[in-house]
Amino acid sequence: MDLLEYQGKELFARHGLPVPPGSHATTAEDARAASEQLGYPVAIKAQVLIGGRGKAGGIKIAGDGTEAYEYASQILGMDIIGPHGEGPFKVHELWVEAGSEIESEFYASVILDRSEKKLLVMLSRMGGMDVEAIAESDPDALVKQHVDPIEGLDDETARDIVSRSGIPSEVADQVASILVDLVEVAHKEDATLIEVNPLIVNSAGKVILLDSKVTIDGNALYRHPELEELEDSVAGDPQEAMAKERGLTYVKLEGDIGVLGNGAGLCMSTLDVVAQAGGSPANFLDAGGGSKADAIVDALEVITSDEKVKAILFNIFGGITRCDEVAKGIIEATRRIGLTMPIVVRLDGTNSEEGLALLDEAGMTNLHHESTMLGAARKVVELAASETEKN
Amino acid sequence: MSIIIDKDTRLAISGLTGREGTFHGLRNRDYGTRVVAGVTPGKGGQDVEGIPVYDSIAETVSEQGANTSMIFVPARFASASINEAIDSGVDTVIAITEGIPVMDMMPTYWRAREKGVRLIGPNCPGVLSPGKANVGIIPAQFFDPGRIGVVSKSGTLTYQIGNELKHAGEGNSSIVGIGGDPIVGSDFIDILTLYEADPGTDLIVMVGEIGGDAEERAAEFIAGSISKPVVAYIAGFTAPPGKQMGHAGAIISGSSGTAKAKQEALEAKGVRVGKSPTEAAMIAVDTLRASS
Repeated sequence: MDLLEYQGKELFARHGLPVPPGSHATTAEDARAASEQLGYPVAIKAQVLIGGRGKAGGIKIAGDGTEAYEYASQILGMDIIGPHGEGPFKVHELWVEAGSEIESEFYASVILDRSEKKLLVMLSRMGGMDVEAIAESDPDALVKQHVDPIEGLDDETARDIVSRSGIPSEVADQVASILVDLVEVAHKEDATLIEVNPLIVNSAGKVILLDSKVTIDGNALYRHPELEELEDSVAGDPQEAMAKERGLTYVKLEGDIGVLGNGAGLCMSTLDVVAQAGGSPANFLDAGGGSKADAIVDALEVITSDEKVKAILFNIFGGITRCDEVAKGIIEATRRIGLTMPIVVRLDGTNSEEGLALLDEAGMTNLHHESTMLGAARKVVELAASETEKN
Repeated sequence: MSIIIDKDTRLAISGLTGREGTFHGLRNRDYGTRVVAGVTPGKGGQDVEGIPVYDSIAETVSEQGANTSMIFVPARFASASINEAIDSGVDTVIAITEGIPVMDMMPTYWRAREKGVRLIGPNCPGVLSPGKANVGIIPAQFFDPGRIGVVSKSGTLTYQIGNELKHAGEGNSSIVGIGGDPIVGSDFIDILTLYEADPGTDLIVMVGEIGGDAEERAAEFIAGSISKPVVAYIAGFTAPPGKQMGHAGAIISGSSGTAKAKQEALEAKGVRVGKSPTEAAMIAVDTLRASS
């Protein structure tokens, strides 16, 4: 789960890390009131889960109440596109923050390094730009240090990282102590990524965490009830929210072909095969192992609530999942939600013959059966295209 | 021949008394696996369909000669169980449990390495050596004994490919699900090493997916250390950047870890990569027949 900037900063503050004072706002009026409390200048910052907000106009500095109100009105409702074309992400929330006078900008992060199976600390005296740019423009300016998986990060190692980074000695102790704390936050809060960019020195010589990018391990949310609550507020897409409520793994995509598979790998593979056949998947939906009829009904309801969907592909390889259960689910769901759009089904594995017999008996005219994955993908692409022509 | 499990496997199942544990444990025994014990703290002295239950894994080693442990306990207790297994004296720990926090797995991974215990998983379907033993949830009916070794991050994709191999008249020495979590006990490289040394394996199929760099590292390793032919399949070409698709590990950011990057890394080292599971299976069959 990714945290919004202000949620990350609140997390930092709970662990005693220095962040600027700020306030959360969802209306321009609230933003102005918060600004008055904080004193000017203030930064009005869009809260979206994507980088490049500043360039997209999602961060503005206001010098008085009129500006605060005006900027907040502009930013709320804005669609922000990420640096790699991600999104759009609509802005629903703002973080209003006391302005900081920046003397220098650094970069700090703690990330799970999957290859080494350890946490990796990265620190650079060149902050404010993205880490790839730092690594490219001046590789020596980015210090990397793995953390002992049992002992954590000790003060001595932290001071060594800081000294290698070339960060001025006047602030070295503050930065070293922040690194130690960030590693502790990663351990205690189950964060697999913490990125602070920039980490600044203000005019008073104090080191402050001016931004936050935090990813929490979804598997560990059970031991962080306060973060688990945030999760609901973050899920923005209606289909994704609906799927989550029903315990389904669903990711919305851009296309018009609904896809349902069992198992994450097979489901991803199905998306690939649909794309190879010239189609464009509308979603990823993993119905999971042991999919029962009710789960299939839920899944079909989620898929068809996306208005873009023109046709649906079921790709099931029954291992633990029984194909007859899946077939029952398809029949029941089609009746329950009065589904008329074309459905292509490929059922293989455990009880596939029973499943196909059930589908035959049901005599659904919108249902097509294919025996291979590739054949099913071609068929669904063809049907989606002809549905588009009809409209 | 086979790797990791065979007729000499003596399996102790942590979580045998749970619903899933009972279901799969009994299926494993029905297949012919020697399931010698179950483990559930506080239930020592009971039995599940004749399989004796102990309070600790160490007792199954001393009382029943267990040499392999399977972990089927709920996620929040699973890393403690894996740690217990690592310390118990078994050689191999196969962790099926899904959803273990990565901060729990990190010290557990290093503990297994330090003690020299082979850890497979977590969040994996287990290991099957057709005709010999099945430890985990792999449906054995889709696999025949044969000379193709399979190593995979994904369960259902593996069943798909295994089934295609079977229809083409080929079988497997072993099938190993290594799991798709960010931290797993054994990587492609570990399993490739075992297949290379296994006289019963003539060809290796590896099934990868987006996320991490295990496939890229495997490509380097294959070029230097694997003499047997390797065929690969990678899932996730159409996955959008930054989105998580089910497996905790399948997250990509930027260009590293993309399916395309993995395919290119493998092909650059002479590994043939199928565009679909079917094509990968067909390449494997053709390559095997051409080389024999």
